[in-house]
Amino acid sequence: MASIITRKRAGFHRLIKRQASPSEYLIMTTLALLTMLPIVYMVSTSFKPLEEMFLYPPRFLVRHPTLRNFAELILAIDSFQVPFARYLFNSLLVATVTAGGSVILSSLAAYPLAKYPRMPGAKFFFTIIISALMFAPEVTQIPRYLIVDKLNMIDTYFGLILPALAGSYGLFLMKQFMEQLPTELIEAAKVDGATEWRIFWQIIMPLVRPAWITLIIFSFIGTWNDFFTPLIFTRSEQMKTLPLMMSNIGGGPGVVARWGAVAAASMVMILPTLILFVFLQRFVMETMAYSGIKS
Amino acid sequence: MAQALTMRWNAAKRAWHEYHTMYLFMLPFTILFIVFVVAPVVTAIYLSFTYYNMLEPPRWIGLSNYRLLFLEDDVFLTAIKNTLLFAIITGPLAYFTSFTLAWLINRLRLRQAYTLAFYAPSLTSGIAISVIWLYFFANDRYGLLNYLLIQTGLTSEPVAWLQEQSTILPVIIIISLWMSMGTSFLVFLAGLQSVPAELYEAGMVDGISSSLQEIFYITLPVMKPQLLFGAVMAIVNSFAVFQIAAQVAGVPSPLYAGHTIVAHLYMYGFIHFEMGYAAAIAVVLFAMTFILGRVSIRLFSERGA
Repeated sequence: MASIITRKRAGFHRLIKRQASPSEYLIMTTLALLTMLPIVYMVSTSFKPLEEMFLYPPRFLVRHPTLRNFAELILAIDSFQVPFARYLFNSLLVATVTAGGSVILSSLAAYPLAKYPRMPGAKFFFTIIISALMFAPEVTQIPRYLIVDKLNMIDTYFGLILPALAGSYGLFLMKQFMEQLPTELIEAAKVDGATEWRIFWQIIMPLVRPAWITLIIFSFIGTWNDFFTPLIFTRSEQMKTLPLMMSNIGGGPGVVARWGAVAAASMVMILPTLILFVFLQRFVMETMAYSGIKS
Repeated sequence: MAQALTMRWNAAKRAWHEYHTMYLFMLPFTILFIVFVVAPVVTAIYLSFTYYNMLEPPRWIGLSNYRLLFLEDDVFLTAIKNTLLFAIITGPLAYFTSFTLAWLINRLRLRQAYTLAFYAPSLTSGIAISVIWLYFFANDRYGLLNYLLIQTGLTSEPVAWLQEQSTILPVIIIISLWMSMGTSFLVFLAGLQSVPAELYEAGMVDGISSSLQEIFYITLPVMKPQLLFGAVMAIVNSFAVFQIAAQVAGVPSPLYAGHTIVAHLYMYGFIHFEMGYAAAIAVVLFAMTFILGRVSIRLFSERGA
């Protein structure tokens, strides 16, 4: 009797829909397209010849695509003291080293927190990290500037990279992901005589690959897009990065000077981040489930 | 006393003996964390009680900065009002939209493509994409929005979206919402995918009969850690609003209509070089986000811990 009721119930409740209806697809597709509109418009504009750019009424898509804007961008920059390639190099260098460095430092620090939670000080340390998640970098920017200044690192690559390496989010992410690895793995390796150093590099790191790929993406994109750190920590044109170059050619709110160059520069800024994410998306999704805070 | 000290010392020695490799693992991160995160926070708190213009050494002035901030600086009160208004609207809205979109995407095929479409705006550099938004909201009739409004006959004269006191903050809110499907959105999506299917089956046996019940009785409780993470991020991000505001309306913005706490902080720190005063602003902002963050952790842990 009881089993019949259960079966009946189960049969009835199969009706909960797990699959989306066509109208849901329609709504979501419309929303997705609307969301992408500004980005598509930017891509399209960067290929517009001058005549199309100032058309009235404005036209959304480019009709006669051209690469002239990109040439104009490089030309426009040449009137500055340093060539376009220098900004690009600075951006690439700072973002790459920051991403690589923060992965190594946060993974090293996360391993003890994840696998030796009884170590004295581990709990306290992690509590501090969680608290640090709660303030935006903007809050500490001013005293951080004073410290970078004291260390004579203003206008150097060190000044742009070192402060960004000890990110609380990176440590948090790596620790959460490492926690789910079976401890027996480490113990077995120890029985075989492996040192912690070897266990870390040869067992732990390969297993948490999705997590560090995710961290690399976030850290790279964050640094690549960061406008205020280089604005404050650099003085000479030689040390500036792409976002600062953009604000130079853009000339601030309301200025329409050199529209073509600006559109091309936007494209150069945004495209690498999109490509990086598209290719590594599945690692990110694999990692993100562990990014919860257990209260 | 001496005995207690010896015991402490012995415990420390034992810990070092057992875990010294692990402490060495943590050392590089810890040093940088102390120098560039902990020290700045401590310095900010100290400086907030001083007058410091970077030329002369800091001079202790007690609570003067805070008194000035709350009692005499009308622009700061405007900044607080704008920031709170912005946070109250965008924080919860971004949070619920992230979850709702993640939940809907989770039911679709081609999840990756939908995820990318909604996540892409938060990948874009604020300074690069604001160029497009500036064109969209441009003050003259060449602006896209004005063009559309005039074409459809909704207005006859172009609206100065970025200059009108009443439209600056709404514009900032719209752009921020567009960019707000960020890390939390991905975390929610991944969290939804990791809810075990057996739980839903068990729920059906127990008499859950609608999607809404399923969300409240199964999905949300299982996803508590992810939801808490999202809440903390939403609070932090909505209180730190600045970059979009600066790009769209400038610093200071017309009649301070887009002035936020962080904008105020930058104005005093890097335009007037009044570091003591700027530090006080930073401490206020830090206290606000920290208290709210703690409150949300408390709230989440009380709900059926």
